[in-house]
Amino acid sequence: MAEAIHIEGLVKSFGRTRALDGLDLTVRTGEVHGFLGPNGAGKSTTIRILLGLLRSDGGSARLLGGDPWRDPTELHRRLAYVPGDVTLWPNLTGGEVIDLLGRLRGGLNQKRKKALLERFDLDPRKKGRTYSKGNRQKVALIAALASEVELLLLDEPTAGLDPLMEAVFNECITEELHDGRTVLLSSHILSEVETLCDRVTIIRKGRAVESGTLDELRHLTRTSISAELAAPPNGLSALDGVHALMVDGNRVHFEVDTSELDAALKQLTSAGVRSLTSRPPTLEELFLRHYQDELNGEEAAR
Amino acid sequence: MSPLTGTGGLIRLILRRDRVILPIWVFWMSVMPVFTTASFRELYPDESKLAAFAQTMTDNPSLTALYGPVYSPTVGGLVAWRMSLLIVVLGIISALVVIRHTRTEEEAGRRELIGATVIGRHAGMAAALIVTILADLVVGAVVALTMAASDVPVAGSVAFGVQLAAFGILFAAAAAFGAQLTEGAGSARAILLGAIGVTFVLRMVGNLSGEDGPLHWLVQASPLGWVQELRAFADERWWVLAPVGGLAVVLIVVAVVLQGRRDIAAGLLPTRLGPANAAPGLRSPFALAWRLHRGLLLGWVIGFAVFGSLFGSLGETVNDMLEESPELAQIMAALGGANTLTDMLFGTLFGLMGLIASTYAIQAALRWRAEETNLRAEPVLATAVGRVSYALSHIVFSLLGSGLAVMVGGLGAGIVQGTIAGDAGHWVPRLLGAAAIQLPAVWMLSALTVALIGLAPNASSLSWGALGAIFVISFFGPILGLEQWVLDISPFTHLPKLPGGEVTAAPLLWLGGVLVALLLAGLAGFRRRDVI
Ligand SMILES: Nc1ncnc2c1ncn2[C@@H]1O[C@H](COP(=O)(O)OP(=O)(O)OP(=O)(O)O)[C@@H](O)[C@H]1O
Ligand SMILES: [Mg+2]
Repeated sequence: MAEAIHIEGLVKSFGRTRALDGLDLTVRTGEVHGFLGPNGAGKSTTIRILLGLLRSDGGSARLLGGDPWRDPTELHRRLAYVPGDVTLWPNLTGGEVIDLLGRLRGGLNQKRKKALLERFDLDPRKKGRTYSKGNRQKVALIAALASEVELLLLDEPTAGLDPLMEAVFNECITEELHDGRTVLLSSHILSEVETLCDRVTIIRKGRAVESGTLDELRHLTRTSISAELAAPPNGLSALDGVHALMVDGNRVHFEVDTSELDAALKQLTSAGVRSLTSRPPTLEELFLRHYQDELNGEEAAR
Repeated sequence: MSPLTGTGGLIRLILRRDRVILPIWVFWMSVMPVFTTASFRELYPDESKLAAFAQTMTDNPSLTALYGPVYSPTVGGLVAWRMSLLIVVLGIISALVVIRHTRTEEEAGRRELIGATVIGRHAGMAAALIVTILADLVVGAVVALTMAASDVPVAGSVAFGVQLAAFGILFAAAAAFGAQLTEGAGSARAILLGAIGVTFVLRMVGNLSGEDGPLHWLVQASPLGWVQELRAFADERWWVLAPVGGLAVVLIVVAVVLQGRRDIAAGLLPTRLGPANAAPGLRSPFALAWRLHRGLLLGWVIGFAVFGSLFGSLGETVNDMLEESPELAQIMAALGGANTLTDMLFGTLFGLMGLIASTYAIQAALRWRAEETNLRAEPVLATAVGRVSYALSHIVFSLLGSGLAVMVGGLGAGIVQGTIAGDAGHWVPRLLGAAAIQLPAVWMLSALTVALIGLAPNASSLSWGALGAIFVISFFGPILGLEQWVLDISPFTHLPKLPGGEVTAAPLLWLGGVLVALLLAGLAGFRRRDVI
């Protein structure tokens, strides 16, 4: 099976809020897929539908070749889930929770559990009510990573972890990859996604706005250019991929889509270039742009 | 800033939070003795009758165990004797109130919030103690005044009021101390209830052994024994107040010292570390539910055992009344035999028990919903656990747990009544039956809660409203002269009247039908809806 998750036109409303509005998402078997989006974009909702906890209002969602709403228990044996908000039972110890969740899923590798407890530096004998937020997160992570499943659904798994533990987490996920598992990882942290993920989907307001490999996405980023020219520029503003153009006499400053970089440079050289600085594209900008649009959109709506 | 800064404000906060419950318990604790005085006076109008009654009571060891010995065969003495359980109850209430306003607050993190404002280190404990001690003193004073006003000796009345207040204050102090020991309010409560249980049992065994018995010294080992040895209405020994007061002061001082040394929200007893691995049995939703429900269930079962035994001990009072009053016996005989009155009494008591057990039935079912809203159901349902078995793992506790509690209550009542009446073979099955007959109605509230959780989860706490309505119908329906159809809303209205009545299948069958329908509707709803 080439696709672990296939979602098409998924719709979910909560009363009048439309949390998902025709979402498409494909996760290939054996990849780590980053799932990005601003607060309230619908990431957790998507994952909950994939778990059969929520019922979709339209579209289709397939998971490991099955229907998550129709046959959840069979599918759940083959996946592990780490929720965004981990709450533990106050009177069960962390070790008990890890064992319990593993057993309910159909089995747990005790050797891996021990190794993970050590790597994450977690005392499994404490009661649920006495763990800090990061340690609660670790309990859920270890329960998921110690079970031998095909698919991991991780909803902001590093929220609350300190930088050291984040590094441990990254190592673990890289190892998962070697084991041939599939991971869907929702996150707000671009750097985490950049180091771990093969492909990324960015969603906004319940729709996928970008999806592809990191290289493909870089292609969507913009290079920012400042130049001093021999003569005032002409025709730059007419170019399609040029944004935020500022002209001050012979000086220009603009951003250009990576795909239009060639055309823009031709325009500059036709006017004669005296000096030129360019800043390489970063995903950060692309990412912020989608977050930014969200804010602008909301302001416009107000 | 002094360690007591802000105590006044906290006292006002406590009074505001407890503005309903505080007056209720103070009122009931205060008036019970004077009501009992009136009824004893009516039942035993002259000295010979009183003496005879006192003698039967003294001859009955189970009553001595429960209430202690009768020190004075006078109206006042007998009231103080019969009301000695009230002393224990006031101790329990005082302890719970203090813990509620100290450790519970800390555990919930509210103390930290308040502690960050201008509040002294000991202000919280001081406020809780002041309110509770004042309430205990009010109870004692009202009891003393009302009893003295109803023509029993003043010294004895004061002594009995003092007994009440002293034990309440002692356990308020003990609770201030106990609240320093643990991190969780639950464990603090358990320690305190355990301590009161121990004082009770020591006193009980000591008294059973008799004044000259080898174990009588146990009475002296129990603070409840000390208070009891004040002997209201029988040459009061006021000096016993010295050790009681001394112990209370010591407890408060130790509590203050401990509180001065520890961090907010930390306990003195280290939170025990638990097992690093789950027991082999912890591998199903039912095993998880057992871990979540067992404490509550155990509490209820013990409560019902005590409750049932108390009920059982009341049966014989009725027979005493009949013996004392031939006129009443004649009337009862005409109505259907001497047993009718006892049967009516048990019918009422078990109806009450059924209503109380419904609280547990609702509470246990709502735990399922609480698991969901606290986001703890989600990780379980994301494993291979199906929704129906998850739901059933909690519903089982609502149904079988309430069933167990009620049956234990029936058994306790049967054993005590059977022992007193000398005919356990007759009374145990009879009262077990009377308890069991309540269950279809109790379970109706489980089923209603299940249906709400499945079909209208946001409205699931409406089941408390339903129980409230049933309470009103049961207690005030007949007095208010409500129409029959209103009375019929309560499932308890339809139960056969046991013991003594006839069991007909029809109402049980249709109650059972509605019950099953509600359960199935709830389960079907839960299968189809979003899990939050
Ligand atoms: N149970 C619910 N009832 C009502 N609205 C909900 C519910 N769950 C989610 N929503 C709404 O659906 C939208 C998507 O929420 P979701 O939790 O999926 O976002 P998210 O991408 O996970 O956000 P975050 O990054 O903050 O976790 C939000 O507008 C949220 O308010
Ligand atoms: Mg989320």
